Amino acid sequence: MSLMTEVGQKAFNLGVPIAVHLDVTYRCNERCVHCYLDHDDHGELTTAEIKDALDQMAEAGVFFLTFSGGEVFLRRDFFEIVEYARRLMFNVKIKTNAVMIHEEEARRIRELGVDTVQISVYSHRPEVHDAITKLPHSFERTIKAIRYLSEQGLRVTIANVLMTANSSDHLGVQKLAAELGVHYTLDPTITPMMDGDTSVLSLRIPGEELPEVFSNPALVGNQEEFCAPPKPPSEEDLEGYSCSAGHSFCYISPYGDVFPCVQFPLPTGNIRQQKFLDIWNFSPQMKEVRSIQAKDLTVCSSCSHVSSCTRCPGLAYMEGSMRGPSTADCEKSFYRTGVPTANMLRQGLSKPRSTVPLIQIRPIAVSA
Amino acid sequence: MPEHCIYIARSSAIAARALAGEMMVMNSADSTFFTLNEVATAIFQAADGHTPLREIVRDHVCEQFQVDPEQAQADAEQFVAELSSHGILLVSNQPLAAETP
Repeated sequence: MSLMTEVGQKAFNLGVPIAVHLDVTYRCNERCVHCYLDHDDHGELTTAEIKDALDQMAEAGVFFLTFSGGEVFLRRDFFEIVEYARRLMFNVKIKTNAVMIHEEEARRIRELGVDTVQISVYSHRPEVHDAITKLPHSFERTIKAIRYLSEQGLRVTIANVLMTANSSDHLGVQKLAAELGVHYTLDPTITPMMDGDTSVLSLRIPGEELPEVFSNPALVGNQEEFCAPPKPPSEEDLEGYSCSAGHSFCYISPYGDVFPCVQFPLPTGNIRQQKFLDIWNFSPQMKEVRSIQAKDLTVCSSCSHVSSCTRCPGLAYMEGSMRGPSTADCEKSFYRTGVPTANMLRQGLSKPRSTVPLIQIRPIAVSA
Repeated sequence: MPEHCIYIARSSAIAARALAGEMMVMNSADSTFFTLNEVATAIFQAADGHTPLREIVRDHVCEQFQVDPEQAQADAEQFVAELSSHGILLVSNQPLAAETP
């Protein structure tokens, strides 16, 4: 077990929120076809409110802090916020489309000791990337920014969201990342829009195309091991929990709402009304999320994939129950191994349904 | 370098947080990750750039952990040298200005 994994497990066991994802804005200068956000500003946290939240998070033991959005650089105070976070000695990661990063910004990011900058790149073909972001020349600007950041010696990761419009481009993006000397990560998850509109789910790549992704050793490591049939679950597996959401990780929206994860729209409190640590420690919703063990899952506890499935409790919650199956993960488990899931078998399906109705994140109403 | 004039300060490139009495430290420049035990954490937290290492060891290690001063000093110097080699601590024989991002 690596030291990092060991520390993560320790935080999990102690219930310390070691990692937080903070969206500082939902505003954006791109209009990506798959984006689930409402880009209007409905009352973002002020600079002072964010600094106060950072003080509280440092006190609570948060170490890994991800700033994301929206596009973080649309906030004029973003560098002030990052500087404040770094003075509090957070390990800072920034997620951005990078189109506003030039040499000066890259230099400042390096000076501030930011750990990683993750940048969305959808294709190695400019016309495909720009068609997804709907911002002309965004590919050119993003790639230029990656070069500026790399020249500063910063660690950069290209995040490649996979969808129908770019499904054949992931190898090209991977090659581009190698040429630029940066890391590469791929995500095939498309989530519904904040207003509940599920039309974007039609952009998800068909499950039938997943085996091609799963057979790429550069993405999955040991392909034979990755695609091996599931092993029968042990007692320990059944006593286990889904993921770090609500255990050692949480998400805070630009309006101060706290959720177990960015992909788990269960409201647990708002930092404009309560202290962060009070929400973390005492929210009934957080406690409920923490209580769920594999053996409690309504369908998945009897599934042969239970010990190896990437079941996301947030996506399951969006399907109707945080203890239920997450169809997107059923799909991945099935196409990874060829073994049907319990969720498929109970519905008499020979292959998973690729889209299911989901609910999505909504701001909590905050009284003035 | 004579022992009495070693000054240590935390680098501005690092991230750090205490977890159950132990300090997690990460250097963003090369992603090296450490956890420090309680004694090392006490030295790390006292590394303000202007308190000599010998005083830090006397006030924050010997008093709190009841250890032999000479042994503690030797262990502290070894620890400081290791963290310095990873860019986590800055070491000088002159007082150092505290680094801020």
